[in-house]
Amino acid sequence: MIDSGDTTWLLVSSALVLVMTPALAFFYGGMVRKKNILSTLNLSFIMMCLISIQWLLYGYSLAFGSDVGGIIGGLDFLGFTGVGAEPSAYAPTIPHMLFAAFQMMFAIITPALITGAFVERVRFKTFIVFSLLWATLVYDPVAHWVWGGGILGAAGLGALDFAGGTVVHITAGFSALAFALAIGPRKGFGKTSFEPSNIPFSVLGAGLLWMGWFGFNGGSALAANGTAVHALFTTNTAAAAAGLVWMILSWIDNKPSVLGIVTGAVVGLVAITPGAGFVTPIGALIIGALVAPISYYAIKFIKGRNLIDESLDVFACHGLGGLWGALATGLFAASSVGGVDGLFYGNPGQFLAQLWAALLAIAVSFGVTFVLAKVLNAIMGLRVSDSEEQVGLDISEHAERAYA
Amino acid sequence: MTKKIEAIIRTEKLEDVKNALHGIGIVGMNTFEIQGHGRQGGIKLTGRTGTYQVDMLPKMQLNIILSDHNVEKTIATICKAAGTGEPGDGIIFVYPVDDVIRVRTGERGKEALHYEGDIDSK
Repeated sequence: MIDSGDTTWLLVSSALVLVMTPALAFFYGGMVRKKNILSTLNLSFIMMCLISIQWLLYGYSLAFGSDVGGIIGGLDFLGFTGVGAEPSAYAPTIPHMLFAAFQMMFAIITPALITGAFVERVRFKTFIVFSLLWATLVYDPVAHWVWGGGILGAAGLGALDFAGGTVVHITAGFSALAFALAIGPRKGFGKTSFEPSNIPFSVLGAGLLWMGWFGFNGGSALAANGTAVHALFTTNTAAAAAGLVWMILSWIDNKPSVLGIVTGAVVGLVAITPGAGFVTPIGALIIGALVAPISYYAIKFIKGRNLIDESLDVFACHGLGGLWGALATGLFAASSVGGVDGLFYGNPGQFLAQLWAALLAIAVSFGVTFVLAKVLNAIMGLRVSDSEEQVGLDISEHAERAYA
Repeated sequence: MTKKIEAIIRTEKLEDVKNALHGIGIVGMNTFEIQGHGRQGGIKLTGRTGTYQVDMLPKMQLNIILSDHNVEKTIATICKAAGTGEPGDGIIFVYPVDDVIRVRTGERGKEALHYEGDIDSK
C-alpha cells in the first residue's frame, strides 16, 4: 500500500543523497593542489553518470534481486524489469522504483569516496574501468549481503547497518587503503607538503554533506516516521560532537583548524551511519565524540611517518570511522530505539555479529580492490606519467584548467 | 641619475607604506603580489591534523623610479612605515635605471618622470 508521506520523504531523501556526491567532490577538490582541482571534482562527479547506468542495467539486480545462496542477487531486475510503481518487499509503502533510486544514490557515492586515495596521479581511463568493476565486484555483493537478503543482514548473521556503515564506509575506506598501496605515493610525497589549495571548497562540501546525510540516514528509515526523525537527530548529534572534539585535538596541537573541524563533522557522520536508527541520542554523542580521536590520530600516524600516501585520508576517516561505527552500533544499540540491544544493554551477540560482518567486508573490499588495482595496473597502468603528474591532471588528463 | 627602488614588504603594510610615500610626494609607483621568503624561512600552518611548514609566503613588491637625491629619504620612509621589528619585514633593492620613456608623449629621462607635485619636480 503506497503511502504518499513516505513516498515524498524518500523522493526528497534521494535528491539529498545525490547532492552528497558533488558535495564530496568539493570536499575533496579543496584539499588538492590547484593543478588537480578539476580532475578531483570530476572523479566524484563522473560516478553520477557511470553508476546510474550500471545500476539501471544490472547493479540493482545484483544487489537486490532474488537471493542466490546468500551471496548475490539474481538477474530478475535487469534493466529495472518489474521495478515500477508497485511497492516491493524491501519497502512496502513506496514504489519499488523509488526504493531502487534511493539505493542508487548510495551506490554512486561509495566509489566516489574511494577517489580520495588516488587523487593527483590516477589515470582517468583506468579509473573508469576500475570503478565499474569495483561497483560490480565489491559494492553490489556487499550491499546484497547486508541489505538484499544475503549472509550478513537480517536473513543471515543479523548484523545491523542502518544506512551503510559497512556497505558504504568500510568498503570504501578499506578499498582506498588497498588502492593507495597499489598505486604508490604522489611525486614528492614525504619531501614537500601538499598544501590544500581551496579550503573554502572543503568547508562548502562538508556543509552540504552534513545536510545530505539527513537524507542518507533519515531516508534509510524508508518511511516518514519516528525512526526517520530519530536517525536525523542522532546524525546531527554525532556530527556536532565529532566536529567539536576534532577542534579541541587540533587546538592542542596548534590552532583550531577549520579543515579539521569540518573533517571532524564528516567522520562523525560516517560513524553514526550504521547506528543512526538503533542508538539513543546520548549514544550518538559518545559515538561521535570518540570517532574524532580515532581518525585524527590515525591520520597523524600514517601521514606523520609517511607510511602510505593515502592522500585525502579516506581510510582513516571512512575505513576506521565506519569500522568504529559498525562496532559501536553493537555496543550502543538499544531495543527501545530500534528493537535491538547491543552489548551495553546485555546482548554481546550483537557486538560479535557486527564484528564478523565488518571483518568480512574489510577482507573482501581490501582483497578484491588490491587484486583489481594490480591487474589493471598491468593492463592499462594505474597512474599517469611523471611529467603528466608534474603538469597536473587538469591539463594532462582533461586539457582544461580550473582558473584562467 | 635615475634609480629604481624595489621594496619587498609585508602585504598588510602596503596601505601604510603607500600613504607614507604619498606624504613625502611620491606619486607614481606600481605593485606586485609575490611569494617568497628570506632568512625568516616561512611559517607553520595548521593542517587537518598537526602542523606543516609553508616556505613561500605572500608579500608585496613595490617599484618606484625616482632621482638619485631622493633615494635615501624614500628608503627611510619605507623602512619606517613597513617595519614591525619582527622577522619578515622585507627587503629593499636599489638599481640604476638607464632610461625612462613615457609612452604617450615620447618624453625621455627626467622629463618622462615629471609629475605635477611629484617629489622629483621639487
